[in-house]
Amino acid sequence: MIVYILCFILFLIGLYGVIAKRNLIKMIIGLAIMEYSINLFLIVIGYVEGGTAPIITKNFKHSGFVDPLPQAMILTAIVIGLATTAVLLAVAIRLYKKYGTFDIDEIKSLKG
Amino acid sequence: MELLLVIILVLMIFGSIYSLNAKDLLSAVVSYGIVGFGLVISFLLLQAPDLAIVQVVVEVLTLIIMIAAIKNTQKEELSSKFEAKTLINYTLMIILALVFILIFEKMTGTLSGFGTDTMRMSQTYLQGHKITKSANLVTGVIFDFRAYDTLGEATVLFTAVIGVLTILRIKGKKDK
Repeated sequence: MIVYILCFILFLIGLYGVIAKRNLIKMIIGLAIMEYSINLFLIVIGYVEGGTAPIITKNFKHSGFVDPLPQAMILTAIVIGLATTAVLLAVAIRLYKKYGTFDIDEIKSLKG
Repeated sequence: MELLLVIILVLMIFGSIYSLNAKDLLSAVVSYGIVGFGLVISFLLLQAPDLAIVQVVVEVLTLIIMIAAIKNTQKEELSSKFEAKTLINYTLMIILALVFILIFEKMTGTLSGFGTDTMRMSQTYLQGHKITKSANLVTGVIFDFRAYDTLGEATVLFTAVIGVLTILRIKGKKDK
């Protein structure tokens, strides 16, 4: 149970970064932290005490595996998270080239 | 086992707090790496080696892109002045956090505790090696049972690459 709560605290820290920070890079970092905490939370749900990785070896038992389903789903989610972060950073680089700052308040006031 | 996971999670929490409050953007990005690599170790502890491999590659790529983004830019974050807008932001954050806490409390009430997963959903996937002949059950799910999902993932990746190339294209309309 304490592991669930710690994952949730990590999620809330990411939320703080997205909402309260004004720097674009900090906001992207906050979004990535939220995504990581959700990934970890789903894998923690699928863990079985004393289980082994779901790979079949010579002498395996059917009962001794951790859950393979969340692992397969999260594998997709991690790669898509990389794609999201890369596009966001490209937008941030472009904004810096045009306005010369990462601060969203200054970018808003420069719009004129 | 659970104790080790708790220690790594606390380290990740401290890393993320420092990362979001650091003055220098480069040290913010570097301490963000603590969170990512802590996640790698947690995946290894939770018996998910495939995820750990993918996460290492993704984390290194993310750090490289981030350092490329903040290279040759203003490193210092401007000192924040306290305005009405800041107050609205913090109020919004506290309301959202309360909503999420309520959802979390409702959700974890129906979950089983740490390490006691019953695997209702994945009984069929556990027998999947007989159908797919794959020794690794996770790759069996990804490339056989849910191959269309993986195709969609590849589509998303290529779309992202095209998007990044379009946004960062140097030749284009001249600035007025």
